[in-house]
Amino acid sequence: MSPTTPMPLASQIPDAESVLAALAERMRPAVAFDAAFVGIYSGGAWIADRLAKMIPGEHPVGYIDVSFYRDDFARSGLKSGAKRSELPFDVEGATIILVDDVLYTGRSVRAAVNELFDYGRPARIELAVLVDRGGRELPVEATYCGARLAVARNLSLVLARDGEHLKFGVESAAEA
Amino acid sequence: MKIEIANGRLVDPAAGVDRVTSLYIAAAKVAAIGKPPQGWNASRVIDARGLVVAPGLIDVSARLREPGFEYKATLESEMEAAIAGGVTSLACPPDTDPPLDEPGLVEMLKHRARLLNQAHVYPIGALTVQLKGEELTEMGELAEAGCVAFSHADMPLVDTQVLLRAMQYASTFDYRVWLRPNDTHLGRGGVAHDGEVATRLGLPGIPSTAETIAIMTILALVRDTGVRVHLCRLSTAEGVALVRAAKKEGLPVSCDVAIHHLHLCEVDIGWFDGNARLVPPLRTTRDRAALRAGVADGTIDLICSDHAPVDDDGKQVPFGEAEPGATGLELLLPLTLKWAAEEKVALPAALAKITCEPARLLGVAAGDLRVGSSADICIFDPEQHWKVESRALKSQGKNTPFLGLELQGKVHVTLVGGHVVHDV
Amino acid sequence: MRNPQLNANGELTHLLTLEGLPAPVITHILDTAMPFVGIAEREVKKVPLLRGKAVFNLFFENSTRTRTTFEIAAKRLSADVINLNIGVSSTTKGETLLDTVDNLVAMDADIFVVRHAQSGAPHLIAAHLNAHDRSHVHVVNAGDGRHSHPTQGLLDLYTIRHYKKEFHNLTVAIVGDVLHSRVARSLIHGLTTLGTPEVRVVGPKTLLPEKVESLGVRVFHDMREGVKDADVVVMLRLQNERMKGALLPSAGEYFKHYGLTPDKLALAKPDVIVMHPGPMNRGVEIDSAVADGDRAVILPQVTFGIAVRMAVMSIIAGN
Repeated sequence: MSPTTPMPLASQIPDAESVLAALAERMRPAVAFDAAFVGIYSGGAWIADRLAKMIPGEHPVGYIDVSFYRDDFARSGLKSGAKRSELPFDVEGATIILVDDVLYTGRSVRAAVNELFDYGRPARIELAVLVDRGGRELPVEATYCGARLAVARNLSLVLARDGEHLKFGVESAAEA
Repeated sequence: MKIEIANGRLVDPAAGVDRVTSLYIAAAKVAAIGKPPQGWNASRVIDARGLVVAPGLIDVSARLREPGFEYKATLESEMEAAIAGGVTSLACPPDTDPPLDEPGLVEMLKHRARLLNQAHVYPIGALTVQLKGEELTEMGELAEAGCVAFSHADMPLVDTQVLLRAMQYASTFDYRVWLRPNDTHLGRGGVAHDGEVATRLGLPGIPSTAETIAIMTILALVRDTGVRVHLCRLSTAEGVALVRAAKKEGLPVSCDVAIHHLHLCEVDIGWFDGNARLVPPLRTTRDRAALRAGVADGTIDLICSDHAPVDDDGKQVPFGEAEPGATGLELLLPLTLKWAAEEKVALPAALAKITCEPARLLGVAAGDLRVGSSADICIFDPEQHWKVESRALKSQGKNTPFLGLELQGKVHVTLVGGHVVHDV
Repeated sequence: MRNPQLNANGELTHLLTLEGLPAPVITHILDTAMPFVGIAEREVKKVPLLRGKAVFNLFFENSTRTRTTFEIAAKRLSADVINLNIGVSSTTKGETLLDTVDNLVAMDADIFVVRHAQSGAPHLIAAHLNAHDRSHVHVVNAGDGRHSHPTQGLLDLYTIRHYKKEFHNLTVAIVGDVLHSRVARSLIHGLTTLGTPEVRVVGPKTLLPEKVESLGVRVFHDMREGVKDADVVVMLRLQNERMKGALLPSAGEYFKHYGLTPDKLALAKPDVIVMHPGPMNRGVEIDSAVADGDRAVILPQVTFGIAVRMAVMSIIAGN
């Protein structure tokens, strides 16, 4: 894309809080009572925390860092800021809802699934995302989705947190 | 062959000459200076405008690696290196294999060197048999064969009694004894100067006292025996001070420094550069400053290269396993000029340290360009820059801490006995 | 002179020594190690980061302990591990060190973990690889002579950070044979780089290197003075050879003056931690009561050591 392509107007960027409400609305009648919510750092982790409060049931919350399972290590090296994954429940036989902020190529989800299997054998894994922006490069689909949005290839949709308030922003995509 | 060296800057420290003039060579000698002799008809004229015309350099310590170490270098390659460096006379230490402790070996070496018809070679004979430090060599026979002095190279001579006897014997016949002052017990196993750098790099250290204690021992024995001793390769400030005091006392002591120690110090080991593994080791900036001052005030009589070609197998190994030594015949001139420029020493005084002073200490008739002296001449461009690279060096030893650096001072023509042996 | 450990982008490509490593590089390694500590507590203690990569352990000096921790670390990264115990010296085989390295590079090595009795051997190997266009092969120094043991230094730093959180207000005392210790040198460089205000070395004059203050440490010969009010006490191992080299008269006299006993430890801060690179000589440099006591963090050091080595290999293999 040319550098003169304009950024989308502020009015076009979705309101994260309303999308979250829509996502929770879709999940409420469908998720298992004891499903664990595992958020992919950082956006997915914030959302998992919120969803656990918004959806009734016994929902342990875990966080997963996929840095060590990414498929681009050979090209880009180890990125800094790797955090410790924390799964305070037994993965063996668990029902897990993997939570992420933006579903794009599907590679982060693949990495997260591989990592979960190194902890044990879950009974089932479902995927909940705030926004699906298309552009899949792997056969991955969200079980629950807050909103669908087309985003230009040269842009990144980024979730930020201001206190408890979540909001989306747009940045130029980092070169691969 | 009649050769005219025209309009160069003739610098002859021994004769006190420093002016632009022409030199006339005939019958292997300097025939005239300034004006040609009668009936002059030159076979060759060398245009020396802008160049310095100096006595051929005399290097008192150059290892030719023959006999015995031909895999490191050969007589041929090192003699090429010598004349490429403007060196027309050199003395080689006795640490060959076998060591120069028998007249036959000395004669063969001189013979081989003479056949090459390049620089004059003055062997330094072994002080003890096999350099083992036990029995005396036949110094008389060795002197007759051509040895100009007797030394123990870098081999230990631990038994002070033997050292005393060797000095007494040598003194009987007024032979010179050349000794590298080193107490082999102190800093046993050491590979670098025992100081900040060795501590940081975790290298076993050789303290300065290894040199100073040995100097004190030697000086005490000189007092006793009156032998003429030349201390080889000073490296410590304390050592310079001891020699200064000894000279003031009137002891027959002289000394030299290797050109590398006038420029480098321990920090030049960098990240374990095997080319900086030298004996004696590179010491501190304070030592270097004292060595420079010592050359300037005459305490240190002369500068040498301590030429030691080492092959890759000897240097491309961890620092502590590296063979010590640096190639130096071709760097003696530019490094001496560099020292002189930095210390603001005039050219004649600087060249004296590598021409007439070494000649005096070796006791040979060379190192000057008076009328009638042998036409051993080095013509060089003091301004010309050149890069120290493997392919620029004629020596088989490419081991120098100056690899990759640019130096100033290039030899254009070298003459030995009136013959052009090197012409760039 | 360019730092041979960093590539043109300032990223770590070899780990040879902590000396000259910028503080952010060191901190990055410690931060990266944190998640790796968690891996050890999982069922499957592996991550696929170095899958398909070959790690060659080149040990010219024997050490089962260190070699094993590197092997575990590499395997937890899913790398293939080849162990080469070359023994005393490659020259006894007739092959030079660099020839051995070239042969192994031809066998598609990605990382060399090198331990050698000569200071500077890993630097030589790294320089050789850099000069011959093989900068995709990385060198990790597992200990060279007296010079450096950077992964040990890093795990020591990690341990201190784990228990003390910050470096800028610490007094650290390193006790013992500093002269021969690559562990001490590495830790001193790491501590000073990270801003530790007081680093002390404690030992008899025969076991402290010449001009050791130039490393940025305070020298103590009296151990009671040396450990007074210390936050961290690191005990170095005393080897038997020191008695033969006329450096010390006996282990007994050494223990009397420089052994860490409960009464000497009581002079340090009440929340002091006691570290030791291992293996320990009980009754020579450390009393069993202290080694087994609640201030000792010697076993956690080992756990952290695996995570730190995983972090180092992950970072350099990706650069």
